[in-house]
Amino acid sequence: MTNSRAEILAKVLKNQPELQPLPADLVTVTHYDNPIENFKTILTNIGGSAVNVPDYQSIQDYIKTHFPNQRIVSTLAELSAISEQGWENQDPHSYENVDLAVIRAHFGVAENAALWITEDLMHQRAVPFICQQLAVVIQAKDIVETLHDAYVNIADSVYGFGTFIAGPSKTADIEQSLVLGAHGPKGMTVFILD
Amino acid sequence: MTVGLFIPCYIDQFYPNAAIATLTLLKRLGVDVKYPTRQTCCGQPMANSGFEHLTQGCNDLFIENFAEFDYVVSPSGSCVLHIKDHLHAPKDEDKALGIRKKVYELTEFLTDVLKIEKLNARFPHKVGVHQSCHGQRGLMLAQMTELVEAPFSKPLHLLNMVEGLELVELSRPDECCGFGGTFCVAEEAVSVKMGKDRVADHINHGAEYITAADMSCLMHMEGILRRQKSNVKVLHIAEILNAQ
Amino acid sequence: MNTEFKDHSELSDIFNKDEARVDWHDETLWFVRAKRDKAAHGIPEWESLREAASQIKNNVLSNLHDYLVEFEENARKNGVTVHWAADAAEHNQIVHNILKEQGVNRLIKSKSMLTEECHLNEYLKKNGVEVIDTDLGERIVQLAEEPPSHIVLPCIHKKKEEIGDLFHEHLGTPAGMADPVFLTAAARTHLRETFITRKAAITGVNFAVAETGEFVVCTNEGNADMGAHLADVHIACMGIEKIIPKRRNLSVFLRLLTRSATGQPITTYSSHFRKPRPGQQMHLVLVDNGRTTQLSRPDFRNSLKCIRCAACMNTCPVYRRSGGHSYHTAIAGPIGSILAPNLDMKEYADLPFASTLCGSCSNVCPVKINIHEQLYKWRQVIVKEGYAPAKKAMAMKVMEFTLSSPFIYKNAGKAGRWFMKHAPFTVNNKLNLWYDHREMPEVPKESFGEWYNKNVKND
Repeated sequence: MTNSRAEILAKVLKNQPELQPLPADLVTVTHYDNPIENFKTILTNIGGSAVNVPDYQSIQDYIKTHFPNQRIVSTLAELSAISEQGWENQDPHSYENVDLAVIRAHFGVAENAALWITEDLMHQRAVPFICQQLAVVIQAKDIVETLHDAYVNIADSVYGFGTFIAGPSKTADIEQSLVLGAHGPKGMTVFILD
Repeated sequence: MTVGLFIPCYIDQFYPNAAIATLTLLKRLGVDVKYPTRQTCCGQPMANSGFEHLTQGCNDLFIENFAEFDYVVSPSGSCVLHIKDHLHAPKDEDKALGIRKKVYELTEFLTDVLKIEKLNARFPHKVGVHQSCHGQRGLMLAQMTELVEAPFSKPLHLLNMVEGLELVELSRPDECCGFGGTFCVAEEAVSVKMGKDRVADHINHGAEYITAADMSCLMHMEGILRRQKSNVKVLHIAEILNAQ
Repeated sequence: MNTEFKDHSELSDIFNKDEARVDWHDETLWFVRAKRDKAAHGIPEWESLREAASQIKNNVLSNLHDYLVEFEENARKNGVTVHWAADAAEHNQIVHNILKEQGVNRLIKSKSMLTEECHLNEYLKKNGVEVIDTDLGERIVQLAEEPPSHIVLPCIHKKKEEIGDLFHEHLGTPAGMADPVFLTAAARTHLRETFITRKAAITGVNFAVAETGEFVVCTNEGNADMGAHLADVHIACMGIEKIIPKRRNLSVFLRLLTRSATGQPITTYSSHFRKPRPGQQMHLVLVDNGRTTQLSRPDFRNSLKCIRCAACMNTCPVYRRSGGHSYHTAIAGPIGSILAPNLDMKEYADLPFASTLCGSCSNVCPVKINIHEQLYKWRQVIVKEGYAPAKKAMAMKVMEFTLSSPFIYKNAGKAGRWFMKHAPFTVNNKLNLWYDHREMPEVPKESFGEWYNKNVKND
């Protein structure tokens, strides 16, 4: 076995320039007077939809109306009345025919409509990607302004896997025509709890 | 204040009217301007082709011609940028640095040094402005569309003082024309296509004249316009600022 | 230049035979540049963000040794197996060995320019391993047996009708069907079957965080996640320059990356992989392949700051009118033209000359790489190392000889005559390369110098 590790590190050490300092953290100047509205606008622009709801009952009603007779899984106990039970510990491949997955996000970001979701909120990492439609529940107070605020929130958090999700899966690889639902969810609904 | 007039080689040989207009304009503005007759070329054609190491002769000559002046002014953003970035004098680098600091493209000299606010010029035509890249992005004669910064434009500031002149808006206000020195033959197909597209933008917006602070871009676009038998003409900005 | 090998100029010539197609290609990419402008102008602090990103990357390059060691240690603690590859060959062997150990001969791969650079697909194919690219654009060029022509939009050179034909042949879609929505749906069905049945997934890496040992993969399609979360083995491949110091530095880069790339505020998925899921194997391959050499070149090392957004390609007036394949290297466009000569100066001697040095690339670069200045500097290096064509070198010497002497210059002939023979637009090639599509400038009756001597000098 060659010792590429030692060779690469030696070359890096020899060739790297004199130490340059890290810059000070950027003082963000972008400020949103109404982060929730901005979040909703951006989400709509990127193919998702936002729904303001007063409580979990309203979420259930919405889902019953918009996703009737579908395979629905959820990590939210509050939605157990409308979702499949005992789905959590199956082979992730088996979620291939999940029509709607409903999960929670830690927070949303106003500048880009991204939602921060770690694996404890997914139960299984594949869930938010393999489902045909994704719905995410957040609290209105949990919408921060920019990614700088977002990373202040998660600077020290511990996770095995975490992801920012912004809207449904999409591609514009064919002649720059935007198509939703490349591999992952074809649609994304964000329930904003007041 | 003494000004040395630096006339790039291809302007000297092909576009004497641009040089004459520059000289006349500066004189009309009361500048004590001289043309050192032993000048040839700044060396850019060689340097941009990868032969900067062959340009010392040009450098020495440039320094010999222009060291004595308070300012060096030229109607070519590209050549000025080359001098600003690459003029060297291994035996007396300070001398080269001195010139690099006092060399100006014509429109920036008029705007930044003479601080012209009024021009006695008249040019009752529709004019499209080509932002030559080396002038714009190299010398920062005008704000660049890529940057999130406040807009400004030294050439437009001056053209707005010309009576009767109507500026046309372009779809792509600062796209390269494709001249690029030896690029224009080394990459002939792309160069020509870029030139055709640039010219079309001006024509589609109704320009009668295309102007620029760089004659080399205009030479390239003129070659295309004439091949297309177009009535649209190119004119160096000095000729418009000096038009009566 | 060897004979079977076509350089950028010759390949562009071929591309430009179909002018309508060049117009289409140019407009499509200009549309992306316009979207980038709109996104950037929506962020008032855009230029400070670029500066911050640039400084973070400068810090990375200056402290890369320690960051690599820190990253490796943290990644190992997280349960990730870290491998080191000195070059493309070793990278490919490492990947192959992991697959052999797992008894896997079919895998899926999301976008990774590094694996393109290493020609991993060809290597694995030769060794009997089937690779299916899952990014839609990459899958399309894979079916067409072509390399990607763009690092973010791999099949941007293909028209939808051509893609329809490919899908008809390979995926059985109806003949003549070219609707992007229909074709994307067909690819979704085809690739979902693949995701479900492959046990190993390769992904690229956009950023790797030294502080935590995690790595971030950004996609719009979700294909990296679909692959990684369903596979038993996840192999992530990255160049050693992808390290960043701290997790919070990601805020700067993720704000810039996709706005610069496509004008989106962020990619749909920005996934932070820190630990394998229970029962899964996660491997990470750190690749040098010339990067430490580039690091040793003061004039060129900061090309390693690149975050692969492709903004320089979309804005490049030459790229838009010559197509990605004309660069004959994995990473096309301006950034590719300053990276490639480091790998093989002879083979890529043409690329730094495939530019007008207009400088737009440097202005859109989110990490402020001085791309056009590096193109200029590579030209000097390539000529000095002897890779310039001999005819051009001779022409330049004649030019030097004349232009160094006012006497020879003035006496080289009447106005214009010397230029007709030696001017920049005529040296190096026959006159007709200018004249094919452009009229020559009209020769005036006298040069400015002659006019000045007559009219002004003795005033």
